[in-house]
Amino acid sequence: MSSETRFGAYEPVIGIEIHVQLQTRSKMFCTDSTAFASGDNECVCEVCTGMPGALPTVNRTAIEYAVKTGLALGCSIREKSVFSRKQYFYPDLPKGYQISQFDLPLCENGRVEFVYNGSKKSIEIIRAHVEEDAGKSTHQGDCSLINLNRASVPLLEIVSGPDLRGPEEAAEYARTVHKMVQYLEVCDGNLEEGSFRCDCNVSVRKRGETKLNTRVEIKNINSFRFVEKAIEYEILRQIDAMESGEKIRQETRLYDPDKNRTFAMRSKEEAHDYRYFPDPDLLPLVLTKAEIESMRAKLPEMPLARAARFQSEYKLPEYDSQVLTAEKDLADYFEKVVSASGNAKAASNWVMTELLRELNDSKKTVSQSPIPAERLGQMIALIDKGTISGKIAKTVFAEMWTSGKAPEVIVQEKGLVQITDTSAIEKSIDEVLAANPKELADYRGGKEKLFGFFVGQVMKATKGQASPDMVNQMLKAKLKG
Amino acid sequence: MANSKTDPSSSASPRLDKSTVAKVAELSRLKLSDAELESIAQQLSMVLANFEQLAQVNTQGVEPMVTPTDLTLRLREDRVERREPAEAFLENAPDRSGNLFKVPPVVG
Amino acid sequence: MMDLTFATCSEVGRAVRDRKVSAVEVTRHFLKRIGELDPKIGAFTTVNSRAEAQAADVDARLARGEAVGPLAGVPIAIKDLLCTKGLRTTASSKILANFIPPYSATVVRRLEEAGAICIGKTSLDEFGMGSSNENSAFGSVKNPWNPEYVPGGSSGGSAASVAARMALASIGTDTGGSIRQPSSFCGLFGIKPTYGRVSRYGIIAFASSLDQAGPMALSTEDAALILEVISGRCERDSTSADVSVPQFSQQISDQVKGLRIGLPKQYFAEKMDADVERVTRESIEALKKRGAILVDVELPLVKYAVPVYYLVATSEASSNLARYDGMRFGHRSKNATKGDLDDLYSSSRGEGFGPEVKRRIMLGTYALSSGYYDAYYQKASQVRRLIRDEFTRAFTQCDVILSPVCTSPAFKIGERINDPLAMYLNDIFTTSTNLAGLPGMSVPAGFSKEGLPIGVQLMAPHFEESRLFNVSSVLEKDLGAAKSRRPHVI
Repeated sequence: MSSETRFGAYEPVIGIEIHVQLQTRSKMFCTDSTAFASGDNECVCEVCTGMPGALPTVNRTAIEYAVKTGLALGCSIREKSVFSRKQYFYPDLPKGYQISQFDLPLCENGRVEFVYNGSKKSIEIIRAHVEEDAGKSTHQGDCSLINLNRASVPLLEIVSGPDLRGPEEAAEYARTVHKMVQYLEVCDGNLEEGSFRCDCNVSVRKRGETKLNTRVEIKNINSFRFVEKAIEYEILRQIDAMESGEKIRQETRLYDPDKNRTFAMRSKEEAHDYRYFPDPDLLPLVLTKAEIESMRAKLPEMPLARAARFQSEYKLPEYDSQVLTAEKDLADYFEKVVSASGNAKAASNWVMTELLRELNDSKKTVSQSPIPAERLGQMIALIDKGTISGKIAKTVFAEMWTSGKAPEVIVQEKGLVQITDTSAIEKSIDEVLAANPKELADYRGGKEKLFGFFVGQVMKATKGQASPDMVNQMLKAKLKG
Repeated sequence: MANSKTDPSSSASPRLDKSTVAKVAELSRLKLSDAELESIAQQLSMVLANFEQLAQVNTQGVEPMVTPTDLTLRLREDRVERREPAEAFLENAPDRSGNLFKVPPVVG
Repeated sequence: MMDLTFATCSEVGRAVRDRKVSAVEVTRHFLKRIGELDPKIGAFTTVNSRAEAQAADVDARLARGEAVGPLAGVPIAIKDLLCTKGLRTTASSKILANFIPPYSATVVRRLEEAGAICIGKTSLDEFGMGSSNENSAFGSVKNPWNPEYVPGGSSGGSAASVAARMALASIGTDTGGSIRQPSSFCGLFGIKPTYGRVSRYGIIAFASSLDQAGPMALSTEDAALILEVISGRCERDSTSADVSVPQFSQQISDQVKGLRIGLPKQYFAEKMDADVERVTRESIEALKKRGAILVDVELPLVKYAVPVYYLVATSEASSNLARYDGMRFGHRSKNATKGDLDDLYSSSRGEGFGPEVKRRIMLGTYALSSGYYDAYYQKASQVRRLIRDEFTRAFTQCDVILSPVCTSPAFKIGERINDPLAMYLNDIFTTSTNLAGLPGMSVPAGFSKEGLPIGVQLMAPHFEESRLFNVSSVLEKDLGAAKSRRPHVI
């Protein structure tokens, strides 16, 4: 049921803030590694531990990634943007402030489009700004333990307008952005490890109203399914509250997936006063028009455009185009199969059915596929040349998956070459007819259904390698007598 | 936007009362005795009264100057440089558990 | 054997490199002086127990024939606001009383690379906040010219250590006059370089957009030599300028003929001590005699420099000092309610910071808080731009600006401690230099009736420190104030 009807007289109003971890080698404001699978506090220095006298420096790659993303989101890039300090005390925030951007963010005024439920949605991007991550606190009864490996890892916060109208649509928006940052290769997209986190702002109003009601922020959701469920729960909670005349409190809530509910974070009564001001340790970030344009020129084709091209260039149905462009790696793989085979339709069939099924069953990503795209393309070419049949190809595919060998090698080694030699096929047909005189007499007596039986016998005799087309043709002629 | 546009010079007096000072102390995470609150309220009121003279300067359309140079930010190449082992940044810790900083339980 | 006590940095550096005296001998000489004199002065918070070993290392390098820099074996006292790896760094605050930095400030590294020996860490007004060195958790510092008087601040320990010849020079920091005012009070050549000239990396921040470190020395040449060693772009400080560093010490010229000396009317209209006025006039006369041209310049907005300075400096400080929270280093209260994080924050900070630091954190927090930002921090930052523009205009009419450093010579310990506003207003001549990012220098120019030193302030456009050294060198020769008398304790 769509959200149009499901929420009755109420209309949900949703905006999402997405924190994208930019996949740089070193941190945003210092030279520690961002690869911190290692020990506790192993990737820290005087800067990210907030030691007296330490100063931040800005990672060029993080800025480039942010600009690329901003451009892909259709944002205008500020030629002069400013880092500001957001101040609050928290043990995982070593300096007592987070370096972020406030009134002069790097990217502004963009738009993200995606197709949901058959119609095109266009969501406003208010801003996207660069900031540093905080450390991690682990709660242990009477104390908390602080690990600063994550402190100062670069983040891009992407803030949407309150344009989303339902949980599914909101999740689809998040998926769209997720797909984009992976396409741009600026984020590894790993949801479990927190590389892509959503804060959802949810409010509800009477359908037809235009004002924005008090909103509730659901923080730190790291799965699209939970985005959907948390928003769904929160909408219903707010509708219930409004129905019973309760006031919605502006607060921050967390989503508990086990209980499928949101709950208010405990917080002090004291209202936040972040006292933002420009960070005097960092000068204004100035980018020239030329620099911005050269980054724009380097942008890869984005998913929506690529899907449209797949439809027109390869004559694929809309659905297939969407499946194939869901991930950049998959779309890249598909296009390599096309160029190696020269057959887009067959390439799309093999990738979407056989390949995706095998990947799924073995929980592998496209990049981990044991069959390189070129080899799958070569295999399709072998079918098209008539070297192997489509049926044999399935055997070849299975063999490629396990052994990783080239399709030609498999066909040679296993003797899987299709028999197209007329005399060889004729010989087999003659043998089959001679061995089955009763069935032959029945057929000639009018029992034409037995045609299939003879085809099967011939294929069996040729171990499935005879060209099915030729068997059909020649058998028909022989049976006529 | 947290920083709204209020001009205290438009109010009658910039005098800070004790309750405002107490709020600022809480925001600053400074535990102050009653006597300290009292004297800070009085001293800062004097200081702010003197600073009221700034209101006389016409700053319409003047871009605030954060840093006194016209230099712009230089960016650092994305290279990892390790300097010191973790221990170097933990040995000043008032309390720790292994290689983690130990603090009272975080609310929330 | 040279008289080490009254030698200059360049003389000692040369003698050590020529192996006429060993770095160890020099270090021992000054450690001995510290042992004898410092109990009466209180200039040091920590004496470097490894100083002799470092000196031995310099000697060993020289013995091996390795090149050592111009400050070979020169004992330099470092303000205790600069991080020194493995050597306690306190900012004269209880909150950092036991802090051992895991790294050294860029300035310290550059001095050591030039062969200097960090002889010890000197006392200051806590976190650089003050003008009398009375705001130190380690007690007040006495002025070596008269122990009843303050040495000035915030680099008071640095000034006293050099005036009493417990070190041959010191590194101070200057946020609103903290190098120049104590230099004036103690008879030293002290320069606050152009903002961005010297790396701030590893210098405990008071106000990031105002802080600069610089030398406090016994001669123009020494100040120039040390500045050239510590200057230059640092890749760890985003605000450090990529501007080439002249060989200041070798380019000093006594030529001031035709040099236009700007005299800001507004500065001379301020109420000031008669001795300060006299010494300033004498300096102007001395330059005029050498052919300098005197020009009146207008700086009408500098009368707002003190409020602008205090709003900007305290706003930045309130943020820069948030990291002292007792979580990862520094003082953690034992009196907080167990398990109450916020109480631990407030108690640790309440106990760890002294009264002036608390006052300034409060002022800064208030100036940045919701509802006051525009009228205080933002307004101050706007006026700051206007003040800088005024200096830019003034420097089209003159090459160097000359003014008093302070309205008075050193004052008595305890005299102003209870009147923060009076103390703040005393910074009238020095703060605008920091606001505009200009280089400023205090040069010994004379003495008060009581025999206390009085300096004169020189200012130049951005990155024109060479002009200051030229004028300073003329005043040093012609007035002879630095050499004519010696402080009471020595």
